[in-house]
Parts: sequence; structure tokens; C-alpha cells
Amino acid sequence: MNEQRQIILNNIRRSLGRSGPMDKEKISALKDRLTSPKRNLIPERTSLTSSSLITLFKDMAEGVFASVEEVDRLSDIPRAITSYLKKENLPSQVVMSSDEVLDSVPWEEQPLLGISKRIPEKDDMVSVTSAAVGVAETGTLAMFSGPDHPSTLNFLPETHVVVLPKDRVAKSYEDVWDMIRNNTAMGDRNEKKEMPRTVNFITGPSRSGDIEQTLLLGAHGPRRLHIILVDSKETN
Amino acid sequence: MLLMVETLPKQFKKNASRQLADEDLRKALTKSKGHFTGGRQKAIDNLPEFDSLRDKARDIKDHVLENLDFYLEEYEQKVISTGGKVHWASTKEDVQNTVLEICRSVNATSVNKGKSMIGEECDINEALENSGIRAVETDLGEYIIQIRDERPSHIIAPAVHLTKSQVEKSFRETHTHLDPQRILEEPPTLLEEARTVLRGKYFEAQVGITGANFLVAETGSSIIVTNEGNGDLSQLLPKVHIVLASIEKIVPSLEDASTLLRVLARSATGQEFSVYTTVSTGPRRKADLDGPEEYHVILLDNGRTNMLGTEFQDMLRCIRCGACMNHCPVYQSVGGHAYGWVYPGPMGAVLTPSLLGVDEAGHLPNASTFCGRCEEVCPVRIPLPKLMRHWRQREFESHLTPKFARYGIKLWAYLVKRPSLYKWVMGVQVKILFLLGKRQGRFSSLPFAGGWTKYREFPAPEGKTFQQLWSESSNE
Ligand code: SF4
Repeated sequence: MNEQRQIILNNIRRSLGRSGPMDKEKISALKDRLTSPKRNLIPERTSLTSSSLITLFKDMAEGVFASVEEVDRLSDIPRAITSYLKKENLPSQVVMSSDEVLDSVPWEEQPLLGISKRIPEKDDMVSVTSAAVGVAETGTLAMFSGPDHPSTLNFLPETHVVVLPKDRVAKSYEDVWDMIRNNTAMGDRNEKKEMPRTVNFITGPSRSGDIEQTLLLGAHGPRRLHIILVDSKETN
Repeated sequence: MLLMVETLPKQFKKNASRQLADEDLRKALTKSKGHFTGGRQKAIDNLPEFDSLRDKARDIKDHVLENLDFYLEEYEQKVISTGGKVHWASTKEDVQNTVLEICRSVNATSVNKGKSMIGEECDINEALENSGIRAVETDLGEYIIQIRDERPSHIIAPAVHLTKSQVEKSFRETHTHLDPQRILEEPPTLLEEARTVLRGKYFEAQVGITGANFLVAETGSSIIVTNEGNGDLSQLLPKVHIVLASIEKIVPSLEDASTLLRVLARSATGQEFSVYTTVSTGPRRKADLDGPEEYHVILLDNGRTNMLGTEFQDMLRCIRCGACMNHCPVYQSVGGHAYGWVYPGPMGAVLTPSLLGVDEAGHLPNASTFCGRCEEVCPVRIPLPKLMRHWRQREFESHLTPKFARYGIKLWAYLVKRPSLYKWVMGVQVKILFLLGKRQGRFSSLPFAGGWTKYREFPAPEGKTFQQLWSESSNE
């Protein structure tokens, strides 16, 4: 395979009309472009105050068939989830991960809500996760994989409930990259400021248009995406 | 027995006339057309910056192509530093061998596939099946055509040529373990059935294969963009994740990827953003509870390096959105299979001869009315009509053009400048051929097309010119 590598690289250089290596100046300009990446054009629609940004996030998410509700405190979440599941006629068994936000929620206040903290299995119906960022531009959730957020929680169960603290609503995808690089959104485990194994951007529930272009929700991923926006991380 | 379209670009004319006669195909395409074009327009109306983003997207891709060797090496280093492996492949056989080697190393008996055009280009499914490994397509459209033993007819909507009753028939024939009396007419029940059948398969595979929309040099990440979530389940659950990508998929930074993502979904399906955009970097980390233990990327050339530095370099900017075919009057009438290989529509008419050679596919660039819609909608501003003209020129020079076409082009050039005369001549010509052909249905020789009919039969036209069909379908 090393041979193939050389053949392909040589072909590229020959086709581009370059016989020798690139000159040093050129290389260092290209390296700079990689080590301090610049933002390109960002759509104006996100030039908003933070409260209007949350409204934009909500509108965009609802526009792609996610449901969104707002609660004041973390302690309101167990009740919100219980009544959502009841309304949708879903079992009150959920699978979730252990993360900073979810661990601060007083789950014991809703003893009827059955909680398993593990990765999901084939027959789990409902998952609950938090999101690292909400991107207002398109109502997109950004999830970072890790021990506190296995990615399969985002895909396997039919219903995905996502807790998003309002101070995590950002403008654009570029904000997500900066958060990763500056280690502002990922707790201790990102000391090296490295990319998580998986960054999942999620914009609405799973869908397919493969049969006669009819839009259908719930292809292989979740059929329902319910977002709970929580005002403050205070419990009371 | 299913009607199989001969999959040779050489056969375009033959395939095209057969497809024009296919009732189901015309029904399916009429439905999809408005959906894609209308959706795109709406998404663009919602984003005043769209045209500036297209300029930026074009510039990013041009910059990468000019420095492709640098970015590939940087990308490779990053993949290795995050624990992944990079394999280089000049040809489709190299890709097949690498995939098989990786599969054997984990004793794989079953492989799940997310949608990958490079997988199609390299006939990965056949290679796996020939080695006794089961390949399961998990994208709904890909799954449908896999059980029908067909090729995709569109790069983002592989089963766009089929109606729901054709899908129903195939499901009944394949899912024989289910109750034959079950109700299955409507798309939701069809989707439900596919979901249930495929769910079981996700947990059986040892290897998951996906494509990549972008490879990021800055981080060594691969990005896939999907709506169903099948790509994610295919890459998360098995022990090994293999990414198949061609070398021009590189972008420098995550910022550059973001710009391209902003034009991709809008151009493709008219969505502001696809449901799932997934950025994967290396195998699972030490403390992770899920994700693949091995992460491999196979970088395919397959003729692309020969396009660099030529007039066809621009074609390598393509981000496979499908807008050019959604807006192409020829594609909309004959469908994707007529193009005979994995890439249909205007992008295929340029790319296929570049990858397969002019004698295999040199006829494809003639499948154009040169109306220019494809270039108008292309998010990376590829001058598709100009590139098709380049191919025509080359085909002409290499004397591969059938005699008829060689005379025809001159006549055609005269006629296109006189649209009403053109219409009249074409209408008359087709009618004459139709009447002549009625007697036997097919011509073995035509007075002015000897070069063509010498090697193949010329099917009798369906009695309507392309322009007539087009204005009919626009009125529907
Ligand atoms: S050529 Fe342009 S419009 Fe066609 S698929 Fe490629 S990027 Fe899209």
C-alpha cells in the first residue's frame, strides 16, 4: 500500500506540473491555514441577542419536526419527561448516560420514571441525553461522544429526549469547533482539546424520502426528537 | 423477472429509449422532480448569502485541488495520530482487496453498508459476496435496489426511479418470512417493514462500511451526511468502521467543511441541514462505551489524478448533491439507469468518460440539450455544459463519434440557432422513424445512421420528440 501511496502522490504532482517538493514558504502558509483556521462567511440570520437566538433555535428545530418545551429549573425535568412520555403513549422506562447535567437532575422526585444508566440495547424505547451545544442557525443539536455520552443513545431508541440548558445555545457550527478547541464545553476530559471520537449534529428526527419522495419520519434513527430547554442549571 | 437495464454507458441511446417507454419510471420521475427543485428554491430563498457561499465553496475546493498532495499527507498524519489507519488505492481492485483483507482480519461474515458512491464505483458488494461475506445495504433506497439487483439511478435518491407498488412487490418477494396477507401499500408501512427487517441486521455485522462527504485535513475526521441514521448505526455498532472515500473529498479545516455543508443539503434535498451530520475521528477512545474498535480509511484515485491539471479538474469540485440531475431535462426524461454506470445526469456525463475512458463512455456528453440549468444550480459552480462540450470535442477528434452524430452535430448546430425549424425537423424525423419502425418495432439499419446501427439495433422512437415529452411533463 505504501507503493500505492507514492504512485498517487506522484501522479498528483505530475498532473499539477510540480516536479520537486513545494517551496518552504508555500508549505508554511498552508500549515498556518490548518493550525489557525479562519471562519468563512457566516449567515446573518444568527446576528441576534441571546434571547432571540433561543427563539431562532426553537423555531428552526420545530420546523424540522422536533418538539420543544421550556422549563425553568433542572428539577422540572423529571416531571416534564414523565408527562411527555404519557402524552405520547410511551413506556416510562428510559435509558440514559451519566453526565454533568443529567446527574444534577433530582430524578428521585419522579419514582415512576424507570431509569437505566447504560448504553442502549435493541429494545430500549426511550433515551435521554443532554446536548453539548444547540446551534440556532438551523435548530441543530451537537453531541460529543465520550463515556458520559455514548453515541448509540442518539440513534437506537425510537424516542430521543434531549436536555439543553439555554446557555448552551450558540449561533453557528463554527462556535462548536471553537468550543472544542478551547475546551469550553466538554468538562475535564478534553484537556488535550482534541476532537471527540464522534461529533453528532442532529437536526430533527430521522427521516426518509426514498419511497416516491414521500417525507416519512422515523427511518432508522429516532421517530421522535423532544428537546427540553432549561433556563438555568439551578435545581431550585 | 425484473427488467434489468444494461449497465454500459456505451448503450446510452438504447437505454434512453427503453427508459422513455417505461410508464413506471415516468410516473416516479414526475413525482420527484417538483419535490427536489421546489425544495431547493425554497431553501435558497431563506438564505440571502447562498450565492456568496457558493463562491466560497468553489474557492475552497479549488484551493484543495491545487494543493491536494499537501492536504492528503496532512490528513493521513492526523488519522494516524488519532489511532486510525489510512490505505491508498489506485484502482477499484485495490479497494476491494483492502476491504476483503480487513474483513478477513476480523473473520467477518456480515458487513453493513451506509450509502457510498465509492462503494458502487468499486462494486464492493459483489466483491464481498464473492468471498462469502454478506453485504447489507442499510439506506432505505439502497436496500430497495439491492434486493431488486439494480444500480442506483440517482446519487442521493438511489430508488427514485421506482413507484411504491414496485417497492411493495419487491418486499413481498424478499421478506417471505412475513405474512403474505399483510397490508403494505403505502410508504409508511413499507418504511416500517424495512426498518424492522434491517434493525436485526445492525447487530449481526462485524464490519460497517460508510462513504464520506468530506475528509478534514485539520483533524483527520471523516464526515457523513444522512437523513435516516442508518450510516451512524452502521458505523457505530460493528467492531470495525471502514470509510471509503475518493482523494478529492479533502477539505482543509472544520470551518471549510461547515461552508460546504451549508450549500450541500440545500442543493440536494432543499433541507437547511440534513438530519445527521456526523464527524468521526479515529476509533473509540479508551473510556468510551461504544463505537468501533478499528477505524480505516481507504483513499481511492481511480483516474482522478489524471483529471488534475486538465480542463476536467473543475469536475473534482463536485460534492455529489445531485442538483444538476434534478434540474436536467434529459435526466428527468430518461432516468439515471440510461447513463449506464454509477454516476448519472450532467455530472455523470462529465465524470464517467473521465474515469472509464472516452471509448467506454464518450457518448454520454451528447445526452444534453445544453440548456445550462445544471451549471446554474451547481453549488460549486462546475461549468458542466462546457465540460460536456470538451468531451464531445475529444470524442469527435478521436473519431469515436458514430458517423451519424458527426454529420448530425453540424446539422444540429445549424438547427439549434433556429428553434422553430429545429422543432419541426425533429418532430417530422421522429414521426417518420416511428412509422417506419412500427412495422418491425426496431431498425437494423437506417439510411443516415449507419455508423450507429452497424453495431447495435436502433430502437424505434416512441413517436414524440424530447421537447414534446419535456413540455408535457412540465405541464403535469
Ligand atoms: S456537479 Fe454540481 S450540481 Fe452536480 S452533483 Fe456535483 S456538485 Fe452537485
